[in-house]
Amino acid sequence: MNDEFWQWDYFWEVFPTVVGDGLLITLQATVYGSIIAYVLGLVFALLRRSPIRVVSTVTWAIIEFIRSTPLLVQIFFLFFVFPDFGIRFDALTTGVIALGLHYATYAAEVYRAGIEAVPVGQWEAATALSLPRARTWRAVILPQAIPRVLPALGNYTISMLKETPLLLVIGVTDIAGAAFQQGSAAFRYVEPITIAGILFLVLSYSASLLVRWLERRVGTVH
Amino acid sequence: MIRFEDVVKRFGDHVVLDGLNFTVAPGEFVTLIGPSGSGKTTILRLLMTLEQVSSGTIHVGDECLSHVRRGEKLVPADEKHQRQVRKRIGMVFQQFNLFPNMKVLQNLTEAPIRALGLSRAEAEERAHELLELVGLSDKVNAHPTQLSGGQQQRVAIARALAMRPDVLLLDEVTSALDPELVAGVLALLKDIANTTDITFLCVTHEMGFARDVSDRVMMFDNGHVLEDAPPDKLFSEPDHQRTRDFLSAVLERG
Amino acid sequence: MFDNLPLFVSTVAEGLLLTVEATVGGILIATVLSFVFGLAMLSRSRTVRVLARIYVEIWRGTSEVVQLLWIYFVLPVLVGYRVVPLVAGIVVLGLNFGAYGAEIVRGAVRSVAKEQYEGAIALSLSPAQRMRRVILPQALVEMVPPFNNLFIQLLKGSALLTIIFVHEMTYQAREVLIDRHIDQAWLIWTIVLLFYLALSILITIGMRALERWAGKLVGRKPSKTTSFVSMVLRSRTHRPTEVSP
Repeated sequence: MNDEFWQWDYFWEVFPTVVGDGLLITLQATVYGSIIAYVLGLVFALLRRSPIRVVSTVTWAIIEFIRSTPLLVQIFFLFFVFPDFGIRFDALTTGVIALGLHYATYAAEVYRAGIEAVPVGQWEAATALSLPRARTWRAVILPQAIPRVLPALGNYTISMLKETPLLLVIGVTDIAGAAFQQGSAAFRYVEPITIAGILFLVLSYSASLLVRWLERRVGTVH
Repeated sequence: MIRFEDVVKRFGDHVVLDGLNFTVAPGEFVTLIGPSGSGKTTILRLLMTLEQVSSGTIHVGDECLSHVRRGEKLVPADEKHQRQVRKRIGMVFQQFNLFPNMKVLQNLTEAPIRALGLSRAEAEERAHELLELVGLSDKVNAHPTQLSGGQQQRVAIARALAMRPDVLLLDEVTSALDPELVAGVLALLKDIANTTDITFLCVTHEMGFARDVSDRVMMFDNGHVLEDAPPDKLFSEPDHQRTRDFLSAVLERG
Repeated sequence: MFDNLPLFVSTVAEGLLLTVEATVGGILIATVLSFVFGLAMLSRSRTVRVLARIYVEIWRGTSEVVQLLWIYFVLPVLVGYRVVPLVAGIVVLGLNFGAYGAEIVRGAVRSVAKEQYEGAIALSLSPAQRMRRVILPQALVEMVPPFNNLFIQLLKGSALLTIIFVHEMTYQAREVLIDRHIDQAWLIWTIVLLFYLALSILITIGMRALERWAGKLVGRKPSKTTSFVSMVLRSRTHRPTEVSP
């Protein structure tokens, strides 16, 4: 066991695993999780506005419940409960579903704000023209609501990126998971965890620059 | 063509329309004038089903807009029925309300295709005709944001006409326009009124226009029809003091 | 099926104290840091602004889990002392959420300052007086709803302390219960979720009271919300007069 604080050979030893495989898994989790969140979030937002009281209330309850409780516990929940229903997903898939579900509730809120920002005159004009409701949504409202909320959704993707390490508790070797694994194996944590920290900083900072560019192009709804 | 019977409209505790009765004959051009809050715009919104009556009935043509008959009783009409009756009514808004994510052509063809079932070719042909009518044929592929206020409103008029309505509602359609653009839009409306047999219900502050084009003018105050007369009579010899006061205040502004 | 319910509830509840301690500790530290760094980012000194911004970007830009691992595994090597897990957790929560909170403070003060700045200048108040008597009181009301959300996120963040072996609720459920009662995993985790839900409702109730108090300072009514209580109590008129779908 070495007494030095920092060992460069060890650093280069763990670098490929943490940055190579770890990064790949982190990106996969973020991308797939975001896709689920964006799509499911829109579904939630639309259900929430249903004129059928039961539908909108139940949707609200589900959204609030998921939003107000820890993602970590939800990950555990799905991981332990899926097998009871005969569902055998691998850890990464379960994690992605948990991420997607959790962030869908945030996205639903974002979509809601975007939809409500569409001027009421647009709804009235569509009514005056007797446009069918579904068509009003598809051709008038959503094309105006969604571009404006993309920066906010982008910010949530960045948050999701930083929460993917939670998946290490179910054995997923994302950047942090790989770092932890390497560290435990060699009883040296300094180098792997530092790599992980810097890597996340770089990723999230570049992603936030991207979102800020998107904001300038499209305008924002908070 | 239009018949309001004992219509009451309440917003919470505030009664905007209190037992309103009036009719409009087919092809008539009726202008509603009066101070803000007197209920004029509410009448248009009721006809366009943007609001529902608190009580009373509204008829359009020979159909009832606000209610359906279920056996012996009259019950409030559901959305499907209202959408059916409403197809004969068009509306032009103060804020134009063009769809910014569509070009002018699509703004005009969207509803005829989706609500009237026209083919794309038919809808586009109709759109071109109407654009020529309003004098904007060259803007067919422009975006609403590239047009001036007056041009946008003319497109909005064309869009409403594309549905071949029997009734056209005009809600202060020139109030949001720069003064120099107002005349163009009003001239267009006068032209349409004279060459078609569309029934018009118009809310406006443009007294000159009202006098020039209307068959009848109705003066509103506090949810009631104060006076209902042809423009010559109402503008030169109003019966009520309130009408007199209102007219002199408005006409002074010029 | 529910025979074990009392056991489950009591085992999870054993972690409740540590969850509350972590959350409260984190909230206290985060609040202090939010104001310190939030106001620092509005300082007239460029150096101060930049330093504050660096703090905010570093702690916002890195992952909480990595921060926890770093403080628990790396810092002791640096400093030579073992760190008490709970303390490490509270410090991370405080620093992390203090960075987000700093943005909230900065945003709220800026939005008020714009309007009130000129009025205060005209009254010849000193900058400190301006801040204390005019701007901050109004900014406080604006800050409460976003801080409400932030604190609930902090509560959820306390669950992460299980990774560094703090025996809070999630740890209790995972280490103590799951291995022995894995067939009732769904029930155990549901109980845990309900505990967290209850705590987050408590936070919201507390923050609403805080908002009303802060509002009294400036004569303002609290903002509209969709809190659980108000949703339930408010009756929704269902024949829409506006054209909402």
